[in-house]
Amino acid sequence: MSILGQRGTLGITLADLAKDEPRVVALTADLRNTSGLDRFAAAFPDRFFNVGIAEQNMIGIAAGLAAGGNIPFAATFSNFASLRACEQIRHFMSYMRENVKLVGFGAGFSMGMFGVTHYAVEDLAAIRAMNDIVILSPSDGLSVYKAVRAAALHEGPVYLRLTGVMNSKIIYKEDYDFQIGKAVVLPGGGGEIAILAAGSLLNAAMGAAGLLEERDGIAATVADVHTIKPIDGELLDRLSGCELIVTVEEHGTVGGLASAVSEYYAAKGKRPRQLPIGVSGPYQNAGDYAYMLEQYGLTEKAIYEKIIVALAK
Amino acid sequence: MSAGRAGELGQSADRVRAHILRRANAAGNNGAHIAPSLCEAEILTVLFQEVLYKNEEDRTDPARDRFILSKGHGALGYYAAMYEAGMITEGEFFSFEVNGGNFPGQPSKHPEHRIEYSSGSLGLGLSYGIGLARSEACRRHPFRVFVYMGDGELNEGTIWESAMYAGFHKLSNIVGIVDHNSMQSDGASSDILLFDIAGMWKACGWAVVPCDGHDPEQLLSAFSAAHEDRPLLILAETVKGRGVPFMENAAEWHHSRLTDAQLEEALAAIERDRQYNHGNQ
Repeated sequence: MSILGQRGTLGITLADLAKDEPRVVALTADLRNTSGLDRFAAAFPDRFFNVGIAEQNMIGIAAGLAAGGNIPFAATFSNFASLRACEQIRHFMSYMRENVKLVGFGAGFSMGMFGVTHYAVEDLAAIRAMNDIVILSPSDGLSVYKAVRAAALHEGPVYLRLTGVMNSKIIYKEDYDFQIGKAVVLPGGGGEIAILAAGSLLNAAMGAAGLLEERDGIAATVADVHTIKPIDGELLDRLSGCELIVTVEEHGTVGGLASAVSEYYAAKGKRPRQLPIGVSGPYQNAGDYAYMLEQYGLTEKAIYEKIIVALAK
Repeated sequence: MSAGRAGELGQSADRVRAHILRRANAAGNNGAHIAPSLCEAEILTVLFQEVLYKNEEDRTDPARDRFILSKGHGALGYYAAMYEAGMITEGEFFSFEVNGGNFPGQPSKHPEHRIEYSSGSLGLGLSYGIGLARSEACRRHPFRVFVYMGDGELNEGTIWESAMYAGFHKLSNIVGIVDHNSMQSDGASSDILLFDIAGMWKACGWAVVPCDGHDPEQLLSAFSAAHEDRPLLILAETVKGRGVPFMENAAEWHHSRLTDAQLEEALAAIERDRQYNHGNQ
């Protein structure tokens, strides 16, 4: 599944899900093939709505479909889903609480050469501020499959954030338990440092943890925080005695995972020091995905080095 | 429809105006969107009493026609017309703008109170109506969706995303109503943003039927106009503040408080109108 990338997996999963669940419908804003929904469209033409390049209308239509008993998955580029149609998300999904599953794909820097307009590094900040919307950020193919199914079963609005590119590394080689709001702590670790990562950057976080172990003999706990909202408070309570907690995300350090973690700890008596690793500073000239991750210090080596610097302080 | 029934609907619309004015007065210093509600009286009276399928017993009957007030600031006129049509109780109607109540200054969705849609932010209702018109519920219980828009509201770009979609996909179970009072919050549309409304909807593939939005007979024939495989757009010419001379086409009555003395003056004007139009019945 990971060879397909997160969008390909989305398409396969939705088409599969639609066979068992007749209420599932899919919408897109002129991105049928790009979203991976071509398979769904071919199998269920009556349940597929291509609204044209009109993201705002797409979310309104999805909300009406939800009010009429459907489970709509509306998919477009993350930036246009979250920012062009921001008020529609607030109005239809948060205020009216319609059962819409909004899928933002191409989040972070995966749009590469398309440039800054197609990067999404503010989407979590916008949507996380809105009440009642569950936010999922799966890390690989199997987790996308599980997140889509969990979103369909969840009664209420969901924002599903898809990151990464084709041929991303497989993280989950075996079946595992995916529960909304429950982060997955990966095997190993258990020391004074915890690395919490969301989305396909989990790979880089795992790589950085590997370097810490190999070069410095530090065993860091790594967790896949696939649910940004609600944040897994139980896990954060368990980690509250750590020396350092590192958040890794392909999103601005304002408003995303870093903020969710520090907001949780803000009211607690005991909390670890936090190192937020994400996107900050001005927009840079565009480049391909690997180049952009490097520019913003989101490779496994850069993450490792930032942790070493933080530990020396 | 008999001329007698048209007259009755006209009188019913005048009572809707009196309901609007009394509730606006009762809202005190909070004020209300008075003029944009007054212009709705005939349209909503005809729609609710003669056109809309509703279940008297079961408010959430899945087969009910859906009414979407996209022009959220027309809420008071909407509640008043539902009250006059017997769709909501006096207790519900009198809770208009009561703190924390179900009938606020802009509607908030509660199908159990016959409110199908939350509005206030303009331009969003038609997209929601399209979704309903294509939903599983509509497939099982074919209903119609009526979306009420203001002409000022048509300044919002997303309306046209929805208009194009409904026209292109020939969603003939959608009826749009444009309340064409030629006014918006800051004054006359001709001073703000004016365009060919009928031409725009026709270009989007809708059947456009213009009518006098204060004439029950014309409204009824507009609602029953043949539109074959296209969505229907009723372009209803109205007068903002209709029925109360000092409010007509006066921007300051878009949202205002109404004193006791002004209420008496306004009610007297409506009564004079009623006697002139319908005789002293």
